Amino acid sequence: MAEKPKRQQNKILVATGMTKRFSGLVAVDNLDFYIPEGSIASIIGPNGAGKTTFFNCITGFYQIDEGELIFDGNRIDGRSPDQITRSGIARTFQNIRLFNNMSAIENIMVGQEPHLKSTWLGSILGLPSTRREDDDTEERGRELLQFVGLEGKGDMISKNLSYGDQRRLEIGRALASKPKLILLDEPTAGMNPRETIETTGFIRRLRDELGITVVLIEHDMRVVMDISEHITVLDYGRKIAEGLPQEIQNNPDVIEAYLGRGAAASAGKNLAS
Amino acid sequence: MDISQSGTRQTIITLGLLSGALILFTGAVGMIAAFHEREVVNDFITLGQLVLLITPVIFGYTAANRLGMTGEAPMVVLGGGVIIGLLTTLPTTIMLLFNSDEFRFLLDWSLRLAPFVVATAIAWRMRRQRAETLTVVGSWLLVTALLGIVTFSLALIFEVKGDLRSVLVNINRDWVDVVTFDNRRELLQGILIFSLASVLAGFLGSLCYYLPRTPRRALFYGLSVTLLVGAFGETVRLVLQENLERDTLNQLFRRDTLRQNAALGLLIVSTVVGYLWAAFGDRARHGFQNLGGQERRTTQMIGTALFVALLLMLPWLIGRTLSDVAVTIGLFVLMGLGLNIAIGLAGLLDLGYVTNYAVGAYILAVMTSIGPLGLMKGSFSFWMVIPIALLAAMFAGFIFAVPVLRMRGDYLAIATLGFGEIIGKLAISDWLKPLIGGAQGVQAIPKPIFLGTELKNPEQLYYIVLVACLVTLFVSIRLNNSRTGRQWMAIREDEDVATAMGIDTARAKLLAFTLSAATGGVAGAIFAAKVGSVFPNSFTVFISINVLSLIIVGGIASNPGIVVGAVVLIGLPELLREFSDFRFLLYGALLIMMMINRPQGLIPTKIVSHEIRAGVKAKAAAGD
Repeated sequence: MAEKPKRQQNKILVATGMTKRFSGLVAVDNLDFYIPEGSIASIIGPNGAGKTTFFNCITGFYQIDEGELIFDGNRIDGRSPDQITRSGIARTFQNIRLFNNMSAIENIMVGQEPHLKSTWLGSILGLPSTRREDDDTEERGRELLQFVGLEGKGDMISKNLSYGDQRRLEIGRALASKPKLILLDEPTAGMNPRETIETTGFIRRLRDELGITVVLIEHDMRVVMDISEHITVLDYGRKIAEGLPQEIQNNPDVIEAYLGRGAAASAGKNLAS
Repeated sequence: MDISQSGTRQTIITLGLLSGALILFTGAVGMIAAFHEREVVNDFITLGQLVLLITPVIFGYTAANRLGMTGEAPMVVLGGGVIIGLLTTLPTTIMLLFNSDEFRFLLDWSLRLAPFVVATAIAWRMRRQRAETLTVVGSWLLVTALLGIVTFSLALIFEVKGDLRSVLVNINRDWVDVVTFDNRRELLQGILIFSLASVLAGFLGSLCYYLPRTPRRALFYGLSVTLLVGAFGETVRLVLQENLERDTLNQLFRRDTLRQNAALGLLIVSTVVGYLWAAFGDRARHGFQNLGGQERRTTQMIGTALFVALLLMLPWLIGRTLSDVAVTIGLFVLMGLGLNIAIGLAGLLDLGYVTNYAVGAYILAVMTSIGPLGLMKGSFSFWMVIPIALLAAMFAGFIFAVPVLRMRGDYLAIATLGFGEIIGKLAISDWLKPLIGGAQGVQAIPKPIFLGTELKNPEQLYYIVLVACLVTLFVSIRLNNSRTGRQWMAIREDEDVATAMGIDTARAKLLAFTLSAATGGVAGAIFAAKVGSVFPNSFTVFISINVLSLIIVGGIASNPGIVVGAVVLIGLPELLREFSDFRFLLYGALLIMMMINRPQGLIPTKIVSHEIRAGVKAKAAAGD
């Protein structure tokens, strides 16, 4: 714990003046923020605050209109999603988006795409290098299945998996690209309290065991306050607060954004406790 | 209790009337009479009669299945079969009565009474649902008036036209002869025979439900084999001609139909075989699965070797006519395997596949023709041009893919449909006439020559198609289970997410279109060499639709499915040439039935197991 502040000196992702407009509506407004390397960071905010848009901008699903994005020392704004994934950012989706009619392990095998080199001609000819790579892909798929706790379910069609398993498979697929930064969009949505606790522990393992920087969008404040080391609060596309969980909990702007001006004063204490 | 009763009643009546409507419809379009021309068993039953009788059996069995599932008593289930048999005859009987001169007055009267009866029934129903008196009376008047206008006009038409025959041309003597079992003069007697036969058929159908599983499957198997052999007697005879003495053949067949004792023998043999398969097939399959890795591989090898041997000997076994059909099927298998890369694996709905077929055919035609349009004056052989046709088709596929790369789903389908049409128009255009002959096409395409022999018979061309199919199958299997195949499947499942996984989707899609086009080109080239000439009207949108349908019917992305789909959709219509009037009707009905009952296709795809394979390997490694 003592060395953490030192690690956080490095900023793995920095955005300056990031703006995204949808024909007049400003979804993300002149945003400056950073993610400390090796941290678990959260982005919170009321519905429609622009959190998912923010994710889509980082991963290249949307092209930002103004500002710049720097990941790991390189500018990534203007790049396409596949290029950004190759540079080391992986993500999951708010509504699970697996390759439904492929088996669980095949999903993970597709996830390894950025590290694969074999070609279609190699596959047809059955070149030794291609075969070796296919075997490695399969082997690594098995390892990841084990890591996310889906051992033995690898050959099931992914749409037949249970909800919790699908969430975990999606994270497994994201991990397959060996990312430096992983973006999780509401990883505990729709889970019961026990599953939520399991998932929280699992997210911690991502950082502690694999050393991946984690950014999550999350509505469950218990999860956010429990595991985050850095919180960014968005409202109407603007950053209204940033800092450690303690600071956010007591920030009057945040309480106001969530509960409205009138309720803010009295409810502030409850939220903090 | 009440609900279940009304459900039972509804099931029986719905299925019965459906069955009846089917019989009347097939009669009214002329299928029954046309099928009556073909005997299934000599002097015993014709295909037309078979349709009449097999329909209540099927519906009786379906109803029994549904009723049995809800736990109805045997009396109800069997009674349901009887009622279905009776209802099956109802629409046809009404039509027969209306159609005869004696009972013509029934039609007149029913037309007069129909509005009142229907209006009263509706009013009665509304009354029971406690509608206001004024509404009920108003509705009664309105329905009567509206229906009155309809029936009055109908009556007027019959008055002017004389009878139904002029409206429904196939409700004619031939049809009456079939449905009354040759009792045209004694109509009531004919109807009675028809009804009794149908009731018996419905009853037997529902009785099948109570047979234990194994004998039921055996019976189904035996009957299907016998009836199929009977129905395709001509084809079967052609096959046997190659391998049997004339005398033996004449004992089995009288002209093109199965003799009665031969049919009985076949029924018994195939039922017994079916029984053995039903009883021990599962055990055999289990035994196979429990085999160790080595033994299992050996068994599979033997199976594959036998299958390949059969494929190699096929032309000798089936003779010239059927070899020709086999070549056509093979060409469609080739195209099916190719298009499957785009549609089945990458999910790109390409409706312009005919483009590649046309490119291949015209390339071969122009480069090898010894006629006036031949560019090389015969100096290029078939074998030299096949790779050129392949590359040209791939190039065409690539070029056409570039503008549609960003389109998805429906939009892509329509755009590719447009490309298919453009190719058709180009082929027939004046602009390209000096090169590819416009409507006259390209003639005098020489047959392929292999080691000094001219391959001019379908039996010989078959081998070219076979080799092309096997090579394509090999490539297709390799691609299916590779990084490229997984990229395609990911794009098919969710293109956005595929991009987010780091897949360059534009490149993967281009590759899919290009590779998929390749086999189309080869198929086109072989087709041109087989026919010896190329005309623009061979390249219609129906080629694209046919290939698409056979993929869907066989099972999307399933290689064995594509072969089966080609046999069913391309092979059967070739064998049923005499019923070509009904070809598209049956084709459409088949597609609809498939989509409702078996949307995954005849032979659905199997997931390649990656995790389990590891287990087997690990076990083997531990054993060593």
